[in-house]
Amino acid sequence: MTIDRRTFLQLAALGGGAVFASSLAGAARAAGADYDDFYFVQLSDAHWGFNGPAVNPDARGTLPKAIEAVNALAEQPDFVVFTGDLTHTTDNPVERRKRMGEFKEIVSKLKVKDVRFMPGEHDAALDHGKAFGEHFGDTHYTFAHKGVNFIALDNVSDPAARIGDEQLAWLSAELARLPKDAKIVVLTHRPLFDLAPQWDWATRDGAKAIELLMPYENVTVFYGHIHQENHRMTGHIAHHSAKSLMFPLPAPMSQPKREPIPWDAQNPYRGLGFREVEAEEKGAKLAITELPVVRA
Amino acid sequence: MVIPRRRFVIGAGAAAVAAIAGAGAFAAPKPRTVKIVARRFQYTPNTVKLEKGEPVVFELTTQDVFMGMNIPDFGIRSDIVPGKTMKLAFTPDKAGTFTFVCDVFCGDGHEGMSGTLVVT
Repeated sequence: MTIDRRTFLQLAALGGGAVFASSLAGAARAAGADYDDFYFVQLSDAHWGFNGPAVNPDARGTLPKAIEAVNALAEQPDFVVFTGDLTHTTDNPVERRKRMGEFKEIVSKLKVKDVRFMPGEHDAALDHGKAFGEHFGDTHYTFAHKGVNFIALDNVSDPAARIGDEQLAWLSAELARLPKDAKIVVLTHRPLFDLAPQWDWATRDGAKAIELLMPYENVTVFYGHIHQENHRMTGHIAHHSAKSLMFPLPAPMSQPKREPIPWDAQNPYRGLGFREVEAEEKGAKLAITELPVVRA
Repeated sequence: MVIPRRRFVIGAGAAAVAAIAGAGAFAAPKPRTVKIVARRFQYTPNTVKLEKGEPVVFELTTQDVFMGMNIPDFGIRSDIVPGKTMKLAFTPDKAGTFTFVCDVFCGDGHEGMSGTLVVT
Protein backbone atom coordinates (compact mmCIF):
# COMPACT_ATOMS: atom_id res chain seq x y z
CA MET A 1 0.00 0.00 0.00
CA THR A 2 1.29 3.42 -0.88
CA ILE A 3 0.83 5.98 1.85
CA ASP A 4 -0.26 9.30 0.43
CA ARG A 5 2.32 11.79 1.58
CA ARG A 6 -0.29 14.52 1.63
CA THR A 7 -2.29 12.55 4.14
CA PHE A 8 0.87 12.17 6.14
CA LEU A 9 1.47 15.91 5.99
CA GLN A 10 -2.07 16.70 7.00
CA LEU A 11 -1.68 14.46 10.00
CA ALA A 12 1.67 15.99 10.77
CA ALA A 13 0.14 19.43 10.49
CA LEU A 14 -1.96 18.67 13.52
CA GLY A 15 1.30 18.79 15.41
CA GLY A 16 2.06 22.39 14.55
CA GLY A 17 2.12 22.89 10.82
CA ALA A 18 -0.58 24.22 8.56
CA VAL A 19 -1.51 22.74 5.24
CA PHE A 20 -2.63 24.82 2.32
CA ALA A 21 -3.75 22.98 -0.79
CA SER A 22 -2.70 24.91 -3.84
CA SER A 23 -5.52 25.63 -6.24
CA LEU A 24 -3.66 24.38 -9.26
CA ALA A 25 -6.26 22.80 -11.47
CA GLY A 26 -5.57 19.35 -12.71
CA ALA A 27 -6.63 15.78 -12.82
CA ALA A 28 -7.16 14.18 -9.47
CA ARG A 29 -5.02 11.18 -8.75
CA ALA A 30 -6.86 7.92 -9.10
CA ALA A 31 -7.63 6.53 -5.67
CA GLY A 32 -5.17 3.87 -4.62
CA ALA A 33 -2.81 4.34 -7.56
CA ASP A 34 0.91 4.39 -6.91
CA TYR A 35 2.71 7.59 -7.80
CA ASP A 36 6.16 8.94 -7.45
CA ASP A 37 5.62 12.24 -5.73
CA PHE A 38 8.29 14.45 -4.26
CA TYR A 39 8.57 17.50 -2.13
CA PHE A 40 10.87 20.42 -1.75
CA VAL A 41 11.43 22.97 1.00
CA GLN A 42 11.21 26.72 0.51
CA LEU A 43 13.12 28.98 2.87
CA SER A 44 13.20 32.73 2.44
CA ASP A 45 14.35 36.06 3.75
CA ALA A 46 17.05 34.94 6.17
CA HIS A 47 18.56 38.47 6.19
CA TRP A 48 21.85 37.17 7.55
CA GLY A 49 23.71 40.14 9.05
CA PHE A 50 20.59 41.93 10.28
CA ASN A 51 20.96 43.45 13.72
CA GLY A 52 17.83 44.50 15.58
CA PRO A 53 17.28 42.92 18.99
CA ALA A 54 13.79 44.41 19.28
CA VAL A 55 12.55 42.31 16.38
CA ASN A 56 14.88 39.33 16.65
CA PRO A 57 17.26 38.96 19.62
CA ASP A 58 18.42 35.65 18.13
CA ALA A 59 19.46 37.06 14.78
CA ARG A 60 22.49 34.79 14.52
CA GLY A 61 20.68 31.75 15.82
CA THR A 62 17.48 31.64 13.81
CA LEU A 63 18.91 30.51 10.48
CA PRO A 64 20.93 27.70 12.08
CA LYS A 65 17.77 26.62 13.92
CA ALA A 66 15.88 26.55 10.61
CA ILE A 67 18.60 24.40 9.08
CA GLU A 68 18.35 22.04 12.06
CA ALA A 69 14.57 21.93 11.63
CA VAL A 70 14.90 20.96 7.96
CA ASN A 71 17.50 18.34 8.81
CA ALA A 72 15.15 16.94 11.43
CA LEU A 73 12.34 16.30 8.93
CA ALA A 74 11.52 12.62 8.99
CA GLU A 75 11.66 12.40 5.25
CA GLN A 76 14.23 14.65 3.58
CA PRO A 77 13.11 16.82 0.66
CA ASP A 78 14.43 16.28 -2.85
CA PHE A 79 15.84 19.79 -2.78
CA VAL A 80 15.72 23.12 -0.98
CA VAL A 81 15.14 26.57 -2.46
CA PHE A 82 15.97 29.93 -0.92
CA THR A 83 13.82 32.65 -2.46
CA GLY A 84 15.98 35.66 -1.77
CA ASP A 85 17.25 38.06 0.85
CA LEU A 86 19.74 35.48 2.00
CA THR A 87 21.65 38.38 3.54
CA HIS A 88 20.73 41.79 4.87
CA THR A 89 21.92 44.63 2.71
CA THR A 90 25.05 46.63 3.40
CA ASP A 91 26.78 49.40 1.49
CA ASN A 92 30.13 47.75 2.19
CA PRO A 93 31.06 45.26 -0.59
CA VAL A 94 33.51 43.47 1.69
CA GLU A 95 30.91 43.02 4.41
CA ARG A 96 28.37 41.91 1.79
CA ARG A 97 30.67 39.11 0.69
CA LYS A 98 31.46 38.20 4.30
CA ARG A 99 27.75 37.80 5.03
CA MET A 100 27.26 35.69 1.92
CA GLY A 101 30.19 33.49 2.88
CA GLU A 102 28.80 33.00 6.38
CA PHE A 103 25.36 32.25 5.01
CA LYS A 104 26.79 29.71 2.62
CA GLU A 105 28.73 28.03 5.42
CA ILE A 106 25.61 27.72 7.59
CA VAL A 107 23.39 26.28 4.87
CA SER A 108 26.11 23.86 3.86
CA LYS A 109 25.03 21.96 6.98
CA LEU A 110 21.80 20.96 5.26
CA LYS A 111 21.63 17.22 4.80
CA VAL A 112 20.13 17.83 1.39
CA LYS A 113 22.86 18.91 -0.97
CA ASP A 114 20.64 20.00 -3.85
CA VAL A 115 20.10 23.61 -2.82
CA ARG A 116 18.92 26.35 -5.18
CA PHE A 117 19.57 29.99 -4.38
CA MET A 118 17.88 33.14 -5.58
CA PRO A 119 18.69 36.73 -4.76
CA GLY A 120 16.56 39.29 -3.00
CA GLU A 121 17.05 43.03 -3.34
CA HIS A 122 19.08 43.01 -0.13
CA ASP A 123 21.56 40.62 -1.77
CA ALA A 124 21.67 42.03 -5.26
CA ALA A 125 20.21 45.48 -5.81
CA LEU A 126 23.19 47.59 -4.75
CA ASP A 127 25.68 45.82 -7.02
CA HIS A 128 23.31 44.40 -9.66
CA GLY A 129 23.87 40.86 -8.44
CA LYS A 130 27.67 40.83 -8.66
CA ALA A 131 28.47 39.45 -5.20
CA PHE A 132 25.52 37.08 -5.38
CA GLY A 133 26.81 35.72 -8.67
CA GLU A 134 30.25 35.14 -7.17
CA HIS A 135 28.80 33.08 -4.33
CA PHE A 136 25.67 31.45 -5.67
CA GLY A 137 25.74 31.56 -9.47
CA ASP A 138 23.09 32.73 -11.89
CA THR A 139 20.26 34.95 -10.68
CA HIS A 140 17.75 33.43 -13.11
CA TYR A 141 17.65 29.90 -14.44
CA THR A 142 15.48 26.87 -15.05
CA PHE A 143 15.60 23.28 -13.95
CA ALA A 144 13.29 20.32 -14.23
CA HIS A 145 12.55 17.78 -11.54
CA LYS A 146 10.36 14.70 -11.93
CA GLY A 147 8.16 16.30 -14.53
CA VAL A 148 7.88 19.74 -12.95
CA ASN A 149 9.51 22.70 -14.70
CA PHE A 150 11.01 25.22 -12.32
CA ILE A 151 11.74 28.76 -13.46
CA ALA A 152 13.70 31.11 -11.20
CA LEU A 153 13.04 34.74 -12.09
CA ASP A 154 15.21 37.64 -10.95
CA ASN A 155 13.20 40.77 -10.13
CA VAL A 156 15.73 42.28 -7.74
CA SER A 157 19.13 42.76 -9.38
CA ASP A 158 17.68 45.84 -11.00
CA PRO A 159 17.16 48.16 -8.01
CA ALA A 160 14.06 49.47 -9.74
CA ALA A 161 12.50 46.00 -9.35
CA ARG A 162 12.25 45.21 -13.04
CA ILE A 163 12.65 41.80 -14.58
CA GLY A 164 13.78 43.60 -17.70
CA ASP A 165 13.15 43.02 -21.38
CA GLU A 166 16.14 40.73 -21.81
CA GLN A 167 15.07 38.34 -19.08
CA LEU A 168 11.45 38.50 -20.24
CA ALA A 169 12.61 37.46 -23.72
CA TRP A 170 14.52 34.60 -22.11
CA LEU A 171 11.38 33.62 -20.16
CA SER A 172 9.33 33.68 -23.34
CA ALA A 173 11.84 31.42 -25.08
CA GLU A 174 11.94 28.99 -22.14
CA LEU A 175 8.14 28.80 -22.02
CA ALA A 176 7.91 28.28 -25.77
CA ARG A 177 9.64 24.93 -25.32
CA LEU A 178 6.90 23.68 -22.98
CA PRO A 179 3.45 22.33 -23.79
CA LYS A 180 0.52 24.37 -22.51
CA ASP A 181 -0.30 21.73 -19.91
CA ALA A 182 3.25 21.59 -18.52
CA LYS A 183 3.59 21.72 -14.76
CA ILE A 184 5.37 25.00 -14.04
CA VAL A 185 6.62 26.38 -10.75
CA VAL A 186 7.98 29.92 -10.77
CA LEU A 187 10.36 30.94 -8.01
CA THR A 188 10.99 34.61 -7.45
CA HIS A 189 11.57 37.11 -4.68
CA ARG A 190 9.09 39.94 -5.10
CA PRO A 191 5.42 39.42 -5.86
CA LEU A 192 4.88 39.48 -9.61
CA PHE A 193 1.56 41.24 -9.12
CA ASP A 194 0.74 44.51 -7.40
CA LEU A 195 0.24 43.19 -3.89
CA ALA A 196 0.91 46.53 -2.18
CA PRO A 197 2.88 48.97 -4.31
CA GLN A 198 2.44 51.55 -1.53
CA TRP A 199 4.85 49.34 0.43
CA ASP A 200 6.97 48.55 -2.61
CA TRP A 201 5.51 45.04 -2.69
CA ALA A 202 5.38 44.69 -6.45
CA THR A 203 7.48 44.06 -9.54
CA ARG A 204 7.36 46.95 -11.96
CA ASP A 205 7.07 44.77 -15.05
CA GLY A 206 5.68 41.72 -13.27
CA ALA A 207 2.46 41.92 -15.29
CA LYS A 208 4.49 41.12 -18.40
CA ALA A 209 5.76 37.90 -16.81
CA ILE A 210 2.24 36.93 -15.77
CA GLU A 211 1.03 37.64 -19.29
CA LEU A 212 3.64 35.24 -20.64
CA LEU A 213 2.60 32.59 -18.10
CA MET A 214 -1.15 32.92 -18.60
CA PRO A 215 -1.44 30.56 -21.59
CA TYR A 216 -0.06 27.74 -19.43
CA GLU A 217 -2.61 25.75 -17.50
CA ASN A 218 -0.61 24.68 -14.47
CA VAL A 219 1.44 27.52 -13.01
CA THR A 220 2.23 28.22 -9.37
CA VAL A 221 4.46 31.01 -8.09
CA PHE A 222 6.42 30.88 -4.85
CA TYR A 223 8.02 34.06 -3.62
CA GLY A 224 9.35 35.82 -0.51
CA HIS A 225 9.94 39.52 0.23
CA ILE A 226 6.88 40.19 2.38
CA HIS A 227 7.89 38.01 5.36
CA GLN A 228 4.53 36.29 5.77
CA GLU A 229 2.22 33.86 4.11
CA ASN A 230 -0.01 35.33 1.45
CA HIS A 231 -2.03 33.36 -1.06
CA ARG A 232 -3.42 35.12 -4.08
CA MET A 233 -4.70 34.24 -7.53
CA THR A 234 -4.17 36.12 -10.77
CA GLY A 235 -6.55 34.29 -13.05
CA HIS A 236 -5.69 30.61 -12.70
CA ILE A 237 -2.15 31.29 -11.44
CA ALA A 238 -1.60 30.84 -7.71
CA HIS A 239 0.95 32.99 -5.87
CA HIS A 240 2.23 31.94 -2.44
CA SER A 241 4.57 34.08 -0.36
CA ALA A 242 6.77 32.59 2.35
CA LYS A 243 7.56 33.51 5.90
CA SER A 244 10.91 34.99 6.83
CA LEU A 245 13.69 33.52 8.94
CA MET A 246 14.47 36.86 10.59
CA PHE A 247 11.36 38.96 11.32
CA PRO A 248 7.70 39.01 10.28
CA LEU A 249 6.07 42.00 8.62
CA PRO A 250 2.47 43.17 9.03
CA ALA A 251 -0.30 42.19 6.64
CA PRO A 252 -0.32 44.28 3.47
CA MET A 253 -1.57 47.82 4.14
CA SER A 254 -2.80 46.85 7.60
CA GLN A 255 -1.00 49.78 9.21
CA PRO A 256 0.56 53.03 7.98
CA LYS A 257 4.14 51.73 7.80
CA ARG A 258 5.58 48.35 6.89
CA GLU A 259 7.63 48.13 10.06
CA PRO A 260 8.82 44.75 11.38
CA ILE A 261 6.62 43.14 13.99
CA PRO A 262 8.41 43.30 17.35
CA TRP A 263 9.70 40.14 18.97
CA ASP A 264 7.16 38.49 21.23
CA ALA A 265 9.03 37.11 24.24
CA GLN A 266 5.98 35.02 25.19
CA ASN A 267 5.97 33.45 21.73
CA PRO A 268 9.55 33.55 20.48
CA TYR A 269 10.04 32.96 16.74
CA ARG A 270 6.35 33.51 16.12
CA GLY A 271 5.70 34.42 12.51
CA LEU A 272 8.94 32.86 11.32
CA GLY A 273 9.11 29.61 9.44
CA PHE A 274 9.50 27.70 6.23
CA ARG A 275 7.37 25.47 4.08
CA GLU A 276 7.22 22.15 2.39
CA VAL A 277 5.75 21.90 -1.08
CA GLU A 278 4.65 18.49 -2.25
CA ALA A 279 4.26 17.82 -5.94
CA GLU A 280 2.52 14.82 -7.36
CA GLU A 281 4.20 13.49 -10.43
CA LYS A 282 1.03 12.17 -12.01
CA GLY A 283 -1.22 15.00 -10.98
CA ALA A 284 -1.03 18.73 -11.21
CA LYS A 285 -1.56 19.59 -7.60
CA LEU A 286 0.73 21.00 -4.99
CA ALA A 287 0.25 20.69 -1.26
CA ILE A 288 1.84 23.30 0.97
CA THR A 289 2.69 22.74 4.59
CA GLU A 290 3.85 25.62 6.77
CA LEU A 291 6.31 24.76 9.50
CA PRO A 292 7.74 26.83 12.36
CA VAL A 293 11.46 27.37 12.96
CA VAL A 294 11.03 26.17 16.51
CA ARG A 295 8.14 24.04 17.68
CA ALA A 296 6.34 25.34 20.76
CA MET B 1 -8.24 38.62 -12.45
CA VAL B 2 -6.82 41.29 -14.65
CA ILE B 3 -3.53 42.79 -13.56
CA PRO B 4 -3.82 46.53 -13.88
CA ARG B 5 -1.06 48.08 -15.90
CA ARG B 6 0.45 51.03 -14.16
CA ARG B 7 0.72 54.22 -16.04
CA PHE B 8 4.17 55.66 -16.07
CA VAL B 9 4.73 59.34 -16.41
CA ILE B 10 8.40 59.96 -16.26
CA GLY B 11 10.34 63.16 -15.95
CA ALA B 12 10.44 65.38 -18.98
CA GLY B 13 7.71 63.39 -20.69
CA ALA B 14 5.31 64.30 -17.97
CA ALA B 15 6.28 67.94 -18.21
CA ALA B 16 5.71 67.81 -21.95
CA VAL B 17 2.23 66.38 -21.50
CA ALA B 18 1.41 69.13 -19.09
CA ALA B 19 2.80 71.76 -21.48
CA ILE B 20 0.75 70.48 -24.41
CA ALA B 21 -2.37 70.45 -22.28
CA GLY B 22 -1.70 74.05 -21.33
CA ALA B 23 -1.43 75.18 -24.97
CA GLY B 24 -5.09 74.47 -25.78
CA ALA B 25 -7.77 76.96 -26.64
CA PHE B 26 -8.76 77.28 -23.01
CA ALA B 27 -6.15 78.58 -20.67
CA ALA B 28 -5.54 75.93 -18.03
CA PRO B 29 -4.44 77.08 -14.59
CA LYS B 30 -0.70 77.21 -14.24
CA PRO B 31 0.43 74.16 -12.29
CA ARG B 32 1.81 74.68 -8.86
CA THR B 33 5.39 73.61 -8.41
CA VAL B 34 6.21 71.42 -5.41
CA LYS B 35 9.89 70.77 -4.76
CA ILE B 36 10.79 67.52 -3.04
CA VAL B 37 14.33 66.63 -2.08
CA ALA B 38 15.24 62.98 -1.59
CA ARG B 39 18.15 61.58 0.34
CA ARG B 40 18.66 58.24 1.93
CA PHE B 41 16.13 57.44 3.41
CA GLN B 42 13.67 60.29 3.44
CA TYR B 43 11.84 62.87 1.41
CA THR B 44 11.77 66.54 2.38
CA PRO B 45 9.02 67.49 2.78
CA ASN B 46 7.50 64.11 3.51
CA THR B 47 3.96 65.43 3.74
CA VAL B 48 2.52 67.35 0.81
CA LYS B 49 -0.89 69.01 0.81
CA LEU B 50 -2.73 69.43 -2.48
CA GLU B 51 -6.20 70.34 -3.61
CA LYS B 52 -8.34 68.06 -5.71
CA GLY B 53 -8.29 69.24 -9.32
CA GLU B 54 -5.26 71.43 -8.79
CA PRO B 55 -2.54 70.73 -11.34
CA VAL B 56 0.91 70.34 -9.81
CA VAL B 57 4.41 69.63 -10.98
CA PHE B 58 6.72 67.87 -8.57
CA GLU B 59 10.33 68.92 -9.02
CA LEU B 60 12.36 66.03 -7.69
CA THR B 61 16.03 66.01 -6.82
CA THR B 62 18.28 63.68 -4.88
CA GLN B 63 21.19 64.60 -2.67
CA ASP B 64 22.87 61.23 -2.94
CA VAL B 65 21.83 58.11 -4.83
CA PHE B 66 19.36 57.13 -7.54
CA MET B 67 15.85 57.08 -6.09
CA GLY B 68 12.25 56.87 -7.20
CA MET B 69 8.96 58.44 -6.29
CA ASN B 70 5.87 56.36 -6.86
CA ILE B 71 2.29 57.39 -6.05
CA PRO B 72 0.48 54.11 -6.69
CA ASP B 73 -2.99 55.44 -5.96
CA PHE B 74 -2.62 57.80 -8.92
CA GLY B 75 -0.63 55.42 -11.12
CA ILE B 76 2.31 57.75 -11.58
CA ARG B 77 6.00 57.58 -10.78
CA SER B 78 9.34 59.07 -11.65
CA ASP B 79 12.96 58.18 -11.29
CA ILE B 80 15.01 60.67 -9.31
CA VAL B 81 18.41 60.84 -10.93
CA PRO B 82 21.45 62.37 -9.22
CA GLY B 83 22.40 65.71 -10.73
CA LYS B 84 19.06 66.24 -12.44
CA THR B 85 15.75 67.86 -11.62
CA MET B 86 13.01 65.43 -12.54
CA LYS B 87 9.52 66.76 -13.20
CA LEU B 88 6.40 64.80 -12.46
CA ALA B 89 3.12 66.45 -13.41
CA PHE B 90 -0.34 65.39 -12.42
CA THR B 91 -3.69 66.62 -11.23
CA PRO B 92 -5.18 64.75 -8.29
CA ASP B 93 -8.69 63.67 -9.20
CA LYS B 94 -9.68 62.36 -5.80
CA ALA B 95 -9.43 63.49 -2.21
CA GLY B 96 -7.86 61.54 0.60
CA THR B 97 -4.56 60.60 2.17
CA PHE B 98 -2.17 58.70 -0.04
CA THR B 99 1.30 57.25 0.26
CA PHE B 100 4.23 58.04 -1.98
CA VAL B 101 7.13 55.65 -1.79
CA CYS B 102 10.66 55.14 -3.03
CA ASP B 103 10.48 52.27 -5.51
CA VAL B 104 14.18 52.06 -6.30
CA PHE B 105 16.07 50.05 -3.68
CA CYS B 106 18.56 52.44 -2.13
CA GLY B 107 20.00 50.63 0.89
CA ASP B 108 19.36 49.66 4.47
CA GLY B 109 16.45 51.94 5.31
CA HIS B 110 14.81 51.91 1.88
CA GLU B 111 11.76 50.16 3.31
CA GLY B 112 11.02 53.17 5.50
CA MET B 113 11.34 55.76 2.74
CA SER B 114 7.88 57.09 2.10
CA GLY B 115 5.78 60.21 2.38
CA THR B 116 2.17 61.29 2.57
CA LEU B 117 0.05 63.14 0.06
CA VAL B 118 -2.99 64.85 1.55
CA VAL B 119 -5.55 65.88 -1.06
CA THR B 120 -8.51 67.99 0.12
